[in-house]
Amino acid sequence: MRLEVDITGKTFRSAAGGTQEVLAPVSFALQSGEVGVLIGPSGCGKSTMLRIILGLDRDFEGRVSRPPEARIGMVFQEPRLLPWRSVEQNVRLAAPDVTDAKLAELFRILELEAHRSHFPGELSLGLARRVALARAFAVEPDLLVLDEPLASLDDALAGRLRDEIATLVARRPVMTLLVTHSLDDAIRLGDRLFLLSPRPARIVREVPIAIPRAKRSEAELGRIRAELAALQLESK
Amino acid sequence: MLRLLSFALLLAIWWIAALFVGAAKLPSPPAVLDVVIAEASSGALFLHLGATLARVSLAFVLAMSLGSAIGYLMGRVRLADRLGDPWLILLLNLPALVVIVLAYIWAGLTEAAAIAAIAINKLPTAIVTLREGTRALDRSLDEMASVFAMPRWRAFRHVVLPQLAPYIAASARSGLSLVWKIVLVAELLGRPNGVGFEIGVAFQLFDTPRLLAYSLTFAAVVLVIETALVQPFEARATRWRPRAA
Repeated sequence: MRLEVDITGKTFRSAAGGTQEVLAPVSFALQSGEVGVLIGPSGCGKSTMLRIILGLDRDFEGRVSRPPEARIGMVFQEPRLLPWRSVEQNVRLAAPDVTDAKLAELFRILELEAHRSHFPGELSLGLARRVALARAFAVEPDLLVLDEPLASLDDALAGRLRDEIATLVARRPVMTLLVTHSLDDAIRLGDRLFLLSPRPARIVREVPIAIPRAKRSEAELGRIRAELAALQLESK
Repeated sequence: MLRLLSFALLLAIWWIAALFVGAAKLPSPPAVLDVVIAEASSGALFLHLGATLARVSLAFVLAMSLGSAIGYLMGRVRLADRLGDPWLILLLNLPALVVIVLAYIWAGLTEAAAIAAIAINKLPTAIVTLREGTRALDRSLDEMASVFAMPRWRAFRHVVLPQLAPYIAASARSGLSLVWKIVLVAELLGRPNGVGFEIGVAFQLFDTPRLLAYSLTFAAVVLVIETALVQPFEARATRWRPRAA
């Protein structure tokens, strides 16, 4: 499976009547088993890009092709759980085919076992984000989209969840698109990094990381980080 | 306990007032109770109460289901809202009496006319409430359902309906109280049975004990339905909300 994004432009009409360009031409492709990371400053149009890729926004110029049968798992910036359904029901409603065993395993990995019957209003933000992750993985997606899934979590928890995402992504071939502004998340999880400019967003540079995710040592990560820092200075 | 005390206080005030005003204008509680028992044992009370309740439930179900569907449509589809709005404003401001009289003139003094007239009176408020509820739906949850490719019915049942439930409950409650009031007028004007008819008869004979007997048993039935049906539904619809301390 392959996701091809070829957006040639996107403008918003503002309330005052003027138009505002949100996206410059952006094009990239993603294969099964790959993790692509979109990194860019806040407000550069990343979320708009995701909405277009997910088919939520059809008012744009260009083309997005994803296999029509591709199942999508999504982790939104806010957890977007149904407050009137329990944690388990939230997951099952999005993924009706999930088996009990699979669900139990996901809840174990994400440490949600104790919270199955809780309502989202009773959860902390960190727990709610984990439920959103469980929901996205439970559908066994072909395309997994993560929109800043670790934002506003403390470092220790973010680190653990990042490892869990890596574990879950490694289990089956899935096209993953991660949006983040954390360089650390990007180089630990990504196979290819797309560095975005400020609004209107375009891809300033594409950085592939050749070393498999599991084998990236701290030294290597340091080297990649330094490389990226140099690149970012260069592009300014 | 407090409720009982408050109720006892009401009875006491009634009794004392009856002593001052005189039995012709305000009969005492036991006098009214006697009439209630007499009417109940003859079966007339249940016949009239039953007729009224049947009309209420039919008109209520009709108005609620039609009103909810139209309100939802008007909240979702802009065109429907713009087309329906003038009608809605007309219906909202049409006096109940006009609707009832016109219904009887056009459709005759029939059961269908009475029920339709009652339903039409309740319809616009149901539409307005449900339209507000639909407008307040959380778009971000709609997007979630769409991304996860939830089938329409499942999304409606688990994403949309729980958000509408408080509005449906509010509309049911205000609607029920409206229907209670209007049904008696409709019966008074054009039905040969029901609590409204009996109250009309009592008015013509200046029979205050009978008037009070019927209206109070009717009020009691309303109270029972409120606490036994409407309130539990409301509590269930909002059970996921964290309780106020």
